[in-house]
Order: sequence, then structure tokens, then C-alpha cells
Amino acid sequence: MTSINTTAAGVEIEDLDVSFGDTHVLKGANLSIEPGEFFAFLGPSGSGKSTLLRAIAGFGPTPSGRILIGGEEVAHLPPWKRNVGMVFQSYALWPHMTVRRNVAFGLEERKLPSREIATRVDAVLEMVGLLDLAERRPAQLSGGQQQRIALARTLVVEPRVLLLDEPLSNLDANLRIQMRRELRELQQKLRLTTIFVTHDQEEANTTSDRMAVLNDGVIQQVGAPMELYDNPANLFVATFLGTANVLKGLVEDTDDGAQFNSVDGVPIPLHTKERGPRSLVFRPQNVAIAPANAPVDSDRVRIAGTVCHMEFLGSIIRYGVSVGADTALVDDQHRRGAPVFAIGDEVNLFLQKDQVTTLKN
Amino acid sequence: MGSVFAPGQRGPALAGGLIALFLLLFLLVPMAQVVVVAFQDPNTGAPTLINFVDFFKTSLFQESFINSFYVAAMSVVLSSLFALPLAYFTTRFNFGGALLIQTLGIIPLIMPPFVGAVAMALLFGANGSVNLLLDEWFGFTIPFMEGLNGVIFVESIHYFPFILINLSAALNNIDRAMEESAQNLGASGTRLFRRIVFPLAMPGYVAGAALVFIKVFDDLGTPLLLNINNMLAPQAYLRITSIGISDPMGYVISVILVAFSLLSLWVSLLALRGKDYATLQKGGGGLMRRDLRNWEKIGCYAVVILILLLVLSPHLGLLLLSFGTIWSFSVLPDAYTIDHYVTVFSEASGYITNTLLYAGLAALFDVIIGTGIAYIVWRTGLPGRKWLDYGATAALAVPGVVIGIGYLRTYHGINVPIADQPLASWWVIIVVALTIRRLPYALRACVAALQQVSVMLEEAAENLGATKGRTVWRIVVPLMSGGILAGFVTSFATASVELSATLMLVAVDSDAPLAYGIYEFMQSAAGRGPGAALGVIGVVFVGLGTYISHRIIERGRVTLESTAIVAEGAAA
Repeated sequence: MTSINTTAAGVEIEDLDVSFGDTHVLKGANLSIEPGEFFAFLGPSGSGKSTLLRAIAGFGPTPSGRILIGGEEVAHLPPWKRNVGMVFQSYALWPHMTVRRNVAFGLEERKLPSREIATRVDAVLEMVGLLDLAERRPAQLSGGQQQRIALARTLVVEPRVLLLDEPLSNLDANLRIQMRRELRELQQKLRLTTIFVTHDQEEANTTSDRMAVLNDGVIQQVGAPMELYDNPANLFVATFLGTANVLKGLVEDTDDGAQFNSVDGVPIPLHTKERGPRSLVFRPQNVAIAPANAPVDSDRVRIAGTVCHMEFLGSIIRYGVSVGADTALVDDQHRRGAPVFAIGDEVNLFLQKDQVTTLKN
Repeated sequence: MGSVFAPGQRGPALAGGLIALFLLLFLLVPMAQVVVVAFQDPNTGAPTLINFVDFFKTSLFQESFINSFYVAAMSVVLSSLFALPLAYFTTRFNFGGALLIQTLGIIPLIMPPFVGAVAMALLFGANGSVNLLLDEWFGFTIPFMEGLNGVIFVESIHYFPFILINLSAALNNIDRAMEESAQNLGASGTRLFRRIVFPLAMPGYVAGAALVFIKVFDDLGTPLLLNINNMLAPQAYLRITSIGISDPMGYVISVILVAFSLLSLWVSLLALRGKDYATLQKGGGGLMRRDLRNWEKIGCYAVVILILLLVLSPHLGLLLLSFGTIWSFSVLPDAYTIDHYVTVFSEASGYITNTLLYAGLAALFDVIIGTGIAYIVWRTGLPGRKWLDYGATAALAVPGVVIGIGYLRTYHGINVPIADQPLASWWVIIVVALTIRRLPYALRACVAALQQVSVMLEEAAENLGATKGRTVWRIVVPLMSGGILAGFVTSFATASVELSATLMLVAVDSDAPLAYGIYEFMQSAAGRGPGAALGVIGVVFVGLGTYISHRIIERGRVTLESTAIVAEGAAA
């Protein structure tokens, strides 16, 4: 089926710290990546995700802590002894070599017989569909072609782990969607442990089995994409993955359970056992908007507010509703003839209880 | 891994150590020697300022100091007079400017001033072609070449392109929007020029002027050939060669020369530091240009042609001299012959082969050391790596004559076992001197080349299993090769006509290179023809070299930066 025979290896990161001089860019990372898993590091720029990836490949400052690949400690090994394949953001194809020479490089460094090198290079170029471009120079290829060559150059050495550093960021939007599907298919076919660094949550969601969200050098949460979206562990994850409304306040006891009082005194009855300073988090698409005089449904959380802005986006109308000093966003499905609220209208927002999350501040 | 150095750092550490040792032995120690001797009582060896007091009390040295300063300053003035109109015409008007500047820009690079000095005396001297014609037609003469005038004239003609290039670059980098916004706010004409254009172009002018000043201040060959001895560099040379290496005056002069070099480097650094605002917005397209009216065009071309004639006169003169039989008290030589070339190739071919050997070796060492330093500084975390860069660059501040004096002083007593002679008079010391002298420029060319190699290209190789050494060999060096080759060619070309250090270090005539040969021949009237022929050969060497390195750079589509470096490197 394919010419690449990889043995998937798991990756264990234990208490990994990386500093550039006085700047502590990765703080005590712990992570366990299963063999054959497609794993994403997601985070804003400066979050430490690329530093973590580069540490696995052996680049950057010497980290403290442990990195195990297939159970073998690699943190002390130089990059050339790790056998982890890395595809660079800018592809890093060598401009002075043809495509074939680029792809053959790793095999030559492994001192394979030239006959075998030729066979394997041909096979991998065939696999990425660019065998007929073998004699070209990188500068003569399109971005998508360069990307595939970079991938082929890495895969041909049959690495234990494939590392992808924002590999799609230099492609235009359409190609990006196509390439991420191809990447996922290829990974499934090869069952190769793959770590994918991205700042684009859609890319992480669509490709990965699990992902780690990083911020400020700290792994915030690890899990399957949907799990993180639905059950964020903290405010950063909640707001970084998609749009989230956050109301800050205090959960206090009442006669019939609990009540959330926002900072500026808007009371919202809740069913929760938690007490103390909390943030109330909910997503715009889970909110129903109704006139202030609409009947109150006690099964749902009700928040009173005033429409302060409104954007018609086509399939939805996005309202901004003032709740105390905060503004909650509400996405209302748009249908022809449906009532539309105007700025200044008093409204009630309704939420299913299970769509509301309380998180520590 | 048990070693002090991270994996892959032991190789660079070893190379760095060797380079540091080389710089220590052949730059720092000799320079320290020169400084120490200058501040040492010649009899007791105690630290003292007495040598400097003696220096400034001696009228010959006072005069030499004033003369050197005067000549350097006047050369800046005269160079500016040549450069300003050309820079202005080419940046202000739609005028065949770019090509002109390029052509003029290589003039001083392909021929150091001393080579053309004798020819200039024949063209512009009291009985030279121009004055003979002036006298015949108008009944007066101009003392172009009288005494210090000659040095100023020859030096200005050679070095004004430094001002031209720097000033034109500064003018071309000014964003048109700067000018337009000033006009939009109500400024125009001379006010616009004075308040916007001039301040923005000033750093470029100062940098060029500082370079001209120090080139002239340090120059040894030109005054010697024009028989002007009462200047600093010739005095240093004459003291050391006639009185001996124990005479402190040569060292005092060396310290003064180095101090002025540092001063002018500092001035040009100061002028350029933080002043790259002119290039802040790219693609500004330079100042507004306008078409010339017809009479303006005639005026412009007249000025340009006059300057071009002046600039080319040393080359023309040299060519005439090399083919002329007898040329004295006449506008042109009496008759033409190729005898001088025959003489050179039959009797003096040793000069040429020596030059090929010395300049070739020096250029090779330069690019090897340059690549090594560039890699260590920019790609490794070795402690103290920056000092290699500073050390190699420090050679910029050391005039050739000072290097020569330093080597003579430091190595006259150290015997080389295989050659069985003192290191200071072994031919290899000439190669070392040339290597040190050209190193700063070769280094910058190598750094520029390395900076164009993305670190990711190296990481990709390491990721695929190549060690640091293999990565350097298979990725870094091939990708740098254009820049390295350009650096090699420039170093070779300019080392082959380097005179000042060579003049002091040549021990026997059979070891002498081309520049020394030109100097030797030019000493006697009979030797001028062959000397000029040798000069023409030198110019062809350097011209070819410069052309080749430009071609390499264009082919490699290397950035402007390294082109500028090559131009600058070729100049020194």
C-alpha cells in the first residue's frame, strides 16, 4: 500500500522546562502522547507551543525535565540522533538541491546504499504525487508542492514521530483546507504518531485526535477537541476555543439553591454546588433571546438585559446584550419573517442549565 | 555528555580557538608591541610620554603631522567637489546616472593611488602634458602637482567615489513621501533642501568623507612615489627602515595613525548609527526627478565629462607610460613600444608569480577564517564568540604601515626552523599581513552570506540525521558559496596591489610582490616604463577580480548589503 514502514512511538513529556536566558518560555510541561495519535499543540503566539515541539526535535535551549520517545530518554541526544521527523513552517527546502537531492538527504546521511535510496525516494515522491517534479529546484514549485516535498523528505527516513510546525500557515485558505485533509488521511494511513503545532483552532479541531491548549508556557488542558470546547477547564481555554460570554461574579446560597450575582449586581439563579467567586461562561449560540415580557421558564437560566448592538451576519443575527456592565453576545438563527430586536429593547436571555459553565476566575 | 561544550560544539570551539590564536599572534600582540614601545623610554624601558614630547618638539614631525592632516582634510574637500555635482545630477535629474556612478565607483577599487601617481606627475606636473598645453595656448600653468598639491590631487581623484557612492545611496534612499510631505506643508526650493534633503543625506556624506580622510591620512605609497617625505606615514616608514626598529618615533607615528583611524571609524559609525530612518519606508523611489532642459543638459554633461577625464587620467597616463618610449617635457610620449611589457615578463615575472601566490593564499585564509568566525558568532553559543568578530574587525583601524612595523618589531628575533630565517623576513609574513589586512572585509562578506542562510535549513538537515559538521559541509557552505567566492575574489584582487605593509616586510627582492615591484621600478626614470607596465598588469588583475566578484554577486542575487561590502572591501 505504501512504501513507508513506520513504527509508531509514544511521546512522554515530564516536567519539561525551557528558558531563553531569563525568559521562562515553557513551565513544567507534562504530556503523554499515544503511539499513532494525531496530537495538536494549540495556543496563541508566544504560548510556548513551538518551543515544546522544537524541544522534542532537539532544537532550542537545553531543557530540564525528561522527553521520552518510545520509552527512550532523548533529552540529552543531539537532533541528528533522535529520528523524529520535522516539517518546518517555511518547509526549509534547500534551494541549492533538486527535489530528489532534498528528499535523498536523510537517507544519504544514514549511509544507505544508493540503489535503495533511489527506490525509496521514488516511492515517497510517488506517494505525494510529485514524482515528475523530482529534477526541479524548490524555487520552481508552488507552495503546496513545496509542502508535499517537505513532508516527503521527512517521511522517507521513516521517523518514529512526525512533528509539524504550523505547516499550513504559508498556504492560501483553500489549499489549507485541502492539505489538512490530506495530512489527516496520510497520518491515518501510516498510523504515525504526529504532533501538529498551530494557532488555528479549526485546524486543530479538524485534524487531531487530542490536543493540548497552551498559554504563557503552561499546558492549560489536554483532551479531544470537542471535549475541550464543551468542558473548558479554565477561562483561557473557554475563551480561546470559540467565542464565549464570560460574566464575573459570586455564587451564593439562596433559599432554593444557588444564585450567581454578577459584579455589578445582576442576579442569575443557578443550580450548582459550587460557591464563591466564579465566572459564568456560556456560548452565544446556546442562548435564546426573548422579549422581556415573555413567560419565564423555570427550567432555564434567565438573564435580563438590554440590546446594545446588533449585526446581521446572514444565517444569524448577532446581538450584543448589556447585562449590568458586561455585554453578552447572542447568536440568533435568522429565518425570514422572524422578529428582530432593536437597540434599546429590554430582553430576557434563556439558557439550558447544562449549557452554562461556572469557572474559577 | 561529560564535555564542557554541548554536542556539536567541540569542533567550533577548536576552530574558534585556532582563529583566536591567529588574531592574537598577528594582530593583537604586534599592535600591543607598537603601543608599548611608543610609551616606553628607549633607554630604561620605563613607561613614559617622553617619546610623544620629543615627537611634537621636533619641527620635522610637527610639519609632517600638519601636512598629513592638511592633505587628508583638503582631499576630503576636493573629493566632495568632485562627488557632490555627480551625486546631485544623478539623483535629481533624469540623467544617465546609475551607470555612471557604477562605473566611477570601481575606479579607486581597481587602482590604488600610488600606481598612477607617477603617471599623474607626467600629465599634470610643472612640465606635464596639461601644463605644457596650457602654457602654449594661454600662457599660464597650474601647479596641480606642486608639493602637497600633488598628493591631494592624486588622492582625491582616487577616493572621491567613496563620497559619491555613500552620498548617492543616502539620497536614493530618501523616501519621496518625505519630500512630498514637506512640500505639502509648504516647504520648497532651497528651504526644502536645507531642512529635509540635506539632513537626511548627511550621514551618508559623513561616512564617505571619514573613509576618504583616513585612506589619505594612512597612505604611504602615494607620497613616497611623489617624493613627499614630510608626512606621517612616510616618516614612520623612513625612520624604521633607515634608523632601525629600535627608534621610537616610528612607533609614536603608528600610535597617532591608529588613533586617527579609530577616530574616523567612530565618526562614520556615529554618523550612521540610528540614522537608517531614511530607508524606513521601502520602495519610496528616491527623490523626485525631473527632465533637464537642453542648456542644462549641456552644462551637466560638460561637468560630468570633465570629472570623468580627470578620473580616468591616471589610467590613461599609466597606459601611455607603459607603452611610451621616452616621455619627458612633451605632451605625449615620443614613440610607442611593447618593450616594457617584454622587460616585465622576462625579468620581473617573479613579482607576478609572487603576487598570485601571496594574494591567493591570503584570500583563501581570509574566506576560511571569515566563514569560521561568521559561523561561530551567528550559529553557536560559544562563550566569548563575539570577541572573534571584534578582533578580526579591529584590523580595520590598523594602517598597513603599522602592521608592518608591528611585525618587524615582534618577529625579527623569532627564527623559523624550516626556513632558517627570522619570521619577520620570511615571505610567509607577507601573506599573514595581507590576510589580516583583508580579513575585516572578507568577514563581512561571509557574515552577509551566512545571514542569508535560514537557520531552518540547517535544522532541517540536523533533523534528518546530519551532524553539525555534515550540515556545515552539505548545507551551509554550498549556500554561502556565492558570497564566499565574491569575498575571495575581492580579497585576492585588493591584496595583490597592497603596498604599505608589503613595503616594510619584503626582505629580499625575490620575495617581492607586484605592488612592491611597481614601487621599485618607479624609483628610477628608466624603470618607469616597466613599472607602468607592471601597474597595468595589476590594474587588469584587480579589474578582472572586481568584475568577476560583481558577476558572482549578481548571479547569486545577493542583497545590496554584500555588494556594498565588496565595494567597501575592495577599497581599503
